[in-house]
Amino acid sequence: MSLSREQVQHIARLARIGLSDDDIAKFSEQLSEILDYFERLRQVDTEDVPPTAHTLLLQNVWREGDKPEPPLDKEDVLANAPIRDGDYFRVKVILEE
Amino acid sequence: MPDSLNYLTLSEASDLLRGREASSVDLTRAAFERINALDDRIHAFLRLTDEIALEQALAADERIARGEAGPLTGIPAAIKDVIVTKGVETTCGSRILKGFVPPYDAQVMERLHEAGVVMLGKTNMDEFAMGSSGENSAFGPTANPWALDRVPGGSSSGSAAAVASGMAYYALGSDTGGSIRQPASLSGVVGLKPTYGRVSRYGLVAFASSLDQIGPFARSVRDAALVFEAIAGHDARDSTSAPVEVPDISAALASADLKGLRVGVPMEYFVEGMDDAVRQAVTGAINQLASLGAEVDWEVSLPSTGHALAVYYIIAPSEASANLARYDGVKYGYAYTEGKTMWEDMEKTRQHGFGDEVKRRIMLGTYALSAGYYDAYYLKAQKVRTLIRLEFDAAFEKYDVLVAPVSPTPAFRIGEKTGDPLQMYLSDVCTLPVNIAGLPGISLPCGFATAEDGARLPIGLQMITKPFDEATLFRAAYAYEQSTSWYRERPSV
Repeated sequence: MSLSREQVQHIARLARIGLSDDDIAKFSEQLSEILDYFERLRQVDTEDVPPTAHTLLLQNVWREGDKPEPPLDKEDVLANAPIRDGDYFRVKVILEE
Repeated sequence: MPDSLNYLTLSEASDLLRGREASSVDLTRAAFERINALDDRIHAFLRLTDEIALEQALAADERIARGEAGPLTGIPAAIKDVIVTKGVETTCGSRILKGFVPPYDAQVMERLHEAGVVMLGKTNMDEFAMGSSGENSAFGPTANPWALDRVPGGSSSGSAAAVASGMAYYALGSDTGGSIRQPASLSGVVGLKPTYGRVSRYGLVAFASSLDQIGPFARSVRDAALVFEAIAGHDARDSTSAPVEVPDISAALASADLKGLRVGVPMEYFVEGMDDAVRQAVTGAINQLASLGAEVDWEVSLPSTGHALAVYYIIAPSEASANLARYDGVKYGYAYTEGKTMWEDMEKTRQHGFGDEVKRRIMLGTYALSAGYYDAYYLKAQKVRTLIRLEFDAAFEKYDVLVAPVSPTPAFRIGEKTGDPLQMYLSDVCTLPVNIAGLPGISLPCGFATAEDGARLPIGLQMITKPFDEATLFRAAYAYEQSTSWYRERPSV
């Protein structure tokens, strides 16, 4: 299993991670080696074996009642904003015209 | 008051406080003296919280004077920087969270505040808890107190080093594939990963949500039990927190006798390439359990163990790729803002904000979850996860405790494995099956290896029980510990 430059660029785009040319070469080699290692799982017989998502086997955990509680302090939260605009987080235009 | 307060166990320090032979302010000042003298060489802490600590120490001394103190009241502790602390910067060892000041406390911090913690600071770690050596921290590696040119293990590198070097009486860490037990082993302290769901993950910055669990580092089994009791229990804010009662652990520490305890030794954990000194120390420790009355079966087989590494490195990066999507440069932390579009800003924020290991894992996970590959990777890994879990279930019908090495080797040199990610992943081969199956596991000191350069390097023994049976885990660990003097050894740093 070997990942091409194009595949690495595609994955990075899906993950929204910018990569330099050197990064692409390095990661395509390293990720290929790790994916090769994963091949060993193909030999494991998992016919009729259900998947385990997590080990507690709890399902549909609901909150008890709907108790209103004080929210996080607005100023504390907005103080972390890289670009704040009044009571908003500011970002660049998302929908192009 | 003893000459040096730094290397007392938590329990001994607590006795001094309650006997009024020392104050919490004394312990706190001594801790900061130790940190200030040593930490430019060890780099266990990312930031110190001296002002908060002294206020907490004064409040603890008043509480002790009123006779309202518990065992943790007034005891200085270190907190891994993956646990959010209200008003105190929390970075997860990453540039992308530089400057992030959480607006709330994690559940474990609420519990420790109630117990009267003195918080010394936040500890260094592999970025987002991804690593086995501490070298993936964006803020520089942590040194092993036993040999400063070696790693302390990871990802809870700073927490392990702070406890091992006498800076803190206990520390909190997190363990997704071995990140408490492996550094505890390499640094010569006790480290506990509780059952999945035993301690609330509310306020633990998420790495792999089906595997992550918070637990303590300490210098004795009793100390680890005291911290465990303080932080364990159900929390409605974490929907994977288990509504299961926490047993009284102090009762489990009453006897040094292991008569009738059924101990199994899974053969597959003695992997090819294991260091001879590790094999000898662990074998010796198991013989010691037998001499304390345990019935030992040396030939237990868990045949799917060999698949655990591949299963883990599919599941953990897959979950991480989803969890780390939140770091977009909009809400907090580092943000690149010079781009032409929002997408360019986001890609550059993540390019400059994340280190290589985090990028590798996000991309691995993104690939494993992407259209056309989900069945072959993520679903397949979850099915093999079931096989691993069922083998443990079957073993625990016959044995109360499974005993194994923690790490195939003692502490390795800083820089030795950074060029080869797969080689680094193999450091966790004996610890990550326990996370895959959601079991509790503990690492405790069981001997030393002597390196070529003469350095004495600690070795850890791993004990594992069925889910929610931490009482048996502590009973076995305590009896072993008390029959040895390994836990009394200190580095000469």
